[in-house]
Amino acid sequence: MRTHTHQEFEAELRNLKDRLLAMGGRCEQMIGTAVSAFEDRDEALANEVLEADREMNEDERAVDDLAVRILALRQPVGRDLRFAVAAVKASTDLERIGDEAVNIAERAIEMTPADRLSPPGARLPEMAQRAGAMLREALNALVEEDPKKARDVFDQDDAVDEIYSEVLTMCLDYMKDPSNIGDGIRICNCAKYLERIADHATNIAEMVIFLVEGRDVRHGHA
Amino acid sequence: MNVPDKKNGKGSLDVKMETRGVNVFYADNHAIKDVDLDILDRSVTALIGPSGCGKSTYLRALNRMNDTIYSARVEGRILLDGEDIYGSGVDPVEVRRRVGMVFQKSNPFPKSVFDNVAFGLQIGGEKDKDLIAERVEESLKGAALWDEVKDRLQASALGLSGGQQQRLCIARCLAVWPEVILMDEPASALDPIATAKIEELIRELREQYTIVIVTHSMQQAARVSDYTAFFYMGELIEYGATDGMFTRPARKRTEEYISGRFG
Repeated sequence: MRTHTHQEFEAELRNLKDRLLAMGGRCEQMIGTAVSAFEDRDEALANEVLEADREMNEDERAVDDLAVRILALRQPVGRDLRFAVAAVKASTDLERIGDEAVNIAERAIEMTPADRLSPPGARLPEMAQRAGAMLREALNALVEEDPKKARDVFDQDDAVDEIYSEVLTMCLDYMKDPSNIGDGIRICNCAKYLERIADHATNIAEMVIFLVEGRDVRHGHA
Repeated sequence: MNVPDKKNGKGSLDVKMETRGVNVFYADNHAIKDVDLDILDRSVTALIGPSGCGKSTYLRALNRMNDTIYSARVEGRILLDGEDIYGSGVDPVEVRRRVGMVFQKSNPFPKSVFDNVAFGLQIGGEKDKDLIAERVEESLKGAALWDEVKDRLQASALGLSGGQQQRLCIARCLAVWPEVILMDEPASALDPIATAKIEELIRELREQYTIVIVTHSMQQAARVSDYTAFFYMGELIEYGATDGMFTRPARKRTEEYISGRFG
């Protein structure tokens, strides 16, 4: 598509996209750091996640401000309108991914010190890796405005859901020893946080399809 | 192409004007090329497109205003309630009574407010003064102007504000019981409040009349119309329900135009 006659408007749209992607990059990093904190029981790493979340909250405000400004001053239509709406929604999902990373970091600090991960806890790094990959692919789909890549993200959500129920089952077994109940619950929660991160990545992928095709595919709508 | 996607539209679904294979020439200039388009009854249809795209030419073909331009030639069929308005034996004055027009620049006659609205009835031979007075009041009310002018009906129309003059022209059009009202950028010379009043009036008039409006303001087209037709270089590029056209236009050229990428 051609660029706008108003170069300033064009620059605003580019700026909005850049900020959204920067937010996404920060999210990926937060997930990685939070899970490392969990694996290594590393409080310093956990605190890094908490610090990053403060910046994330500012990012969300900045993205929303810019999108509202574009809506008010440019009155976008067509794809530009869909992009501004998608940006506001995606910023909410990204901010929540940040919150989930914070939750993981907080649970990491609470975990009982141990030399190695318990069997259910050992499943979390893979889950985090998969959820992080979904987020990365959803963001790539956004950069390239590629609905096919966005649809690939949907398929990966099932694998994360499977690991989630697997972790829950393993936790039930793990908690048969009452001394493991505290950590068992923390691991269950972390698995839930990661499962939610994958859902937020799926939401972002749905917004890419809305942006490119103008179709709302949320909640099973084809 | 010629019938808009009705499922998202808000107006009536009956066709008021059917246009088929319409071509308009100004001498050798082919201004409108093979346009097929149905205008739906009691709905607002906006014609948009860059300057010179033919939207005003097409609008003027709908009530034979191009007849007054010596070099203009209209081909194809334009039906009003199924009857060809260019058919032999059709009186163009009667066509223009049924299909009224409001122009970009308000053009009241240098007469009183009352006489402006009564003019069409009087030259149509109406003598009944009570009927005329009643119709003037109805028309001014219909144009949302009555409350502002009821105490100065005998004052000169030229003393009204720009927005009032434009609503007076709409009242003058309503006085002769039109069925379709064509508007060629009716608010482009007005301030935002006067524009809002005209737009609000358009939404009200749509209950009783079929309205076709040419506008350069994309936001205005989005606000007032049920259907939008996009013209480019004399061709009808896309025609559909307005909300669809402004959220997910089907054609790339439409998207580029409405989002300000050319034109």
